[in-house]
Amino acid sequence: MSNAAPAAERLAPAETPFQQVWRAFRKDRLAVAGLYVLAALVVLALVGKLLTEWWVVFDPTTVRLPDKLRPPFSAPSAELLSAQRPTWGIYPFGTDELGRNVFARMLQGSFISLSVGIVAVSISLIIGVSLGGIAGFYGQRKWGPFSVDGLIMRFTDVVLCFPTFFLILTVVALLPPSIYNIMIVIGMTSWMSTARFVRAEFLSLRERDFVTAAHALGLPEWRIIFRHMVPNAMAPVLVSASIDVAYAILTESALSFLGFGVRPPFATWGNILADGRSYIFDAPWLFAIPGTAILIVVLAFNLVGEGLRDAMNPKLRKRAG
Amino acid sequence: MAASDHDSPTATAPLLSIRDLHVEFETDSGSVPAVRGVDLRIGAGETVALVGESGCGKSVTALAVMRLMTGRVAGGSIHFEGKDLARLPETEMRHVRGAQIGMIFQEPMTSLNPVFKIGQQIEEVLVLHQRLTPAAAQAQALDLLRRVGIPSPAERAEQYPHELSGGMKQRVMIAIAIACRPKLLIADEPTTALDVTIQAQIMDLLKSLKDELGMAVLLITHDLGVVAHFAERVDVMYAGKIVEHGSVRDIFKRPAHPYTRALLGGLPDATTVGHRLEAIPGRVPSPALLPPGCAFCARCKHAFEPCEPEQPPAFEIAGPHVAACWLHDPALKHAPR
Repeated sequence: MSNAAPAAERLAPAETPFQQVWRAFRKDRLAVAGLYVLAALVVLALVGKLLTEWWVVFDPTTVRLPDKLRPPFSAPSAELLSAQRPTWGIYPFGTDELGRNVFARMLQGSFISLSVGIVAVSISLIIGVSLGGIAGFYGQRKWGPFSVDGLIMRFTDVVLCFPTFFLILTVVALLPPSIYNIMIVIGMTSWMSTARFVRAEFLSLRERDFVTAAHALGLPEWRIIFRHMVPNAMAPVLVSASIDVAYAILTESALSFLGFGVRPPFATWGNILADGRSYIFDAPWLFAIPGTAILIVVLAFNLVGEGLRDAMNPKLRKRAG
Repeated sequence: MAASDHDSPTATAPLLSIRDLHVEFETDSGSVPAVRGVDLRIGAGETVALVGESGCGKSVTALAVMRLMTGRVAGGSIHFEGKDLARLPETEMRHVRGAQIGMIFQEPMTSLNPVFKIGQQIEEVLVLHQRLTPAAAQAQALDLLRRVGIPSPAERAEQYPHELSGGMKQRVMIAIAIACRPKLLIADEPTTALDVTIQAQIMDLLKSLKDELGMAVLLITHDLGVVAHFAERVDVMYAGKIVEHGSVRDIFKRPAHPYTRALLGGLPDATTVGHRLEAIPGRVPSPALLPPGCAFCARCKHAFEPCEPEQPPAFEIAGPHVAACWLHDPALKHAPR
């Protein structure tokens, strides 16, 4: 690589934009810690799905009435049938009011929480980027007496005015309870800020020379929008997306806590927390464990999001470097 | 300026023929004319320079050919190989852009997409217009980079725009513009943003590519030195109109319009050493507040009675050399030459 080109020609650093961001990101220790936590969570969620549903090592559904409300790290009582005994012969996170293994339930719930977060944010990104992109790109076009930009952005403002959580509650109450409905509803009520970001970026990108150049090459408009402009508009969107994942996980937990979420016996962090609230003094681990888990994951997503924001902002990057 | 030879695309018809083009921009205070009846012709393989001050409408004329400006074509036609580009459906227009007419811009620093590699950006056009397979496009992209004089093209193709200098980027822009062997290349001030040594290199490159590919070039510039070396014919534009048209020799040796003379008077050369360069008094009139007559009238030291009330038509000086100035009206013998 380097011996092929004379050194004098290398005027600019041979570093991709991605490498630059990564270098700045690595300096933020909290964000890197958040990233490790998220990586661990992804592994945990996949392993959890595998070990609680497909190849049942930790059974989240076995009811052991003699062993109800055991504290963490307690051993099962001797009267249990061998089939009911927990793996490792211990309850790492204790048991709930039906004697179910909280550790197994948390594992099962981690997959739900993560997939709700990711799927809901993906949906909101698709809607937000499309609407924001169309508003920003075709803004000046008229549709009747209104401009396209005006119509889309005022619609965004209208959706933004709804108290989102109560809208979600209403929709979830009307729809059959299913994790997919929750993902879709959360996604469809959280795209507004993405749409605004993308529109703002598109308004400035549209006037940039490389977009004019792309037009001059005869590229079709959809290609200019999605291949040339969207990647250039993604920086602020990715930052808000990582924080939105945390918000979606919280929303799902809140819905499950209120009983509108995933139906029991299927465990999610939200409904473990909800079950635990009746035993808040007798069995504090029942709310402390899922509560802490939600806290850590939401914190990790926020830290990564803020780290990305700082790393992608060249002004902040210079100051830090 | 006979109109009849524009109408039917015959074998001798020019490659590009702009006739009586009007472009207007809608503003809050009504529509503002930026181009007011431009006639321009470019034959196959010919280089025509469009010269004028900033804001005279030369870039708008070029963008109108590509149909890329925000303004509105208010009248006239733009015939390219028999098709009227001003009235072509958008889908067909897309096959003209990039494939048959290439364009390079003033600012190479910002004309490449910062998030894609150089190679990808060249390949994209090839795949789109020539339907090449990705592998063939890649090979062709390397070949194009070599042709525009980029050393170690394989390595450059893998780099991002921010890793290249301005001159290199303009070379890449040229490679993209000529990728589909267009019949016409529009170069909108291709060297303005580059430093002087690079300017000469880029112009030499354009010249050799033009000869090699047999392209016609519409060169838009305000640099008369570039025009003298590169163009065959020159159109001088002022306030949205072509004020003088002729061969390079005509324009530089026998400029007929006072504006052209004033422009050339502002050029330093061997005879002006020790003298002040001539500047044109006043400034370009705003397109919204144009006088009824000749737009240059207020700044012209030869202005006389017909200039202010009436627009001068194009008067023939000698053969193809024409100037839109009352000084050359054969009927006004008393005109102060």
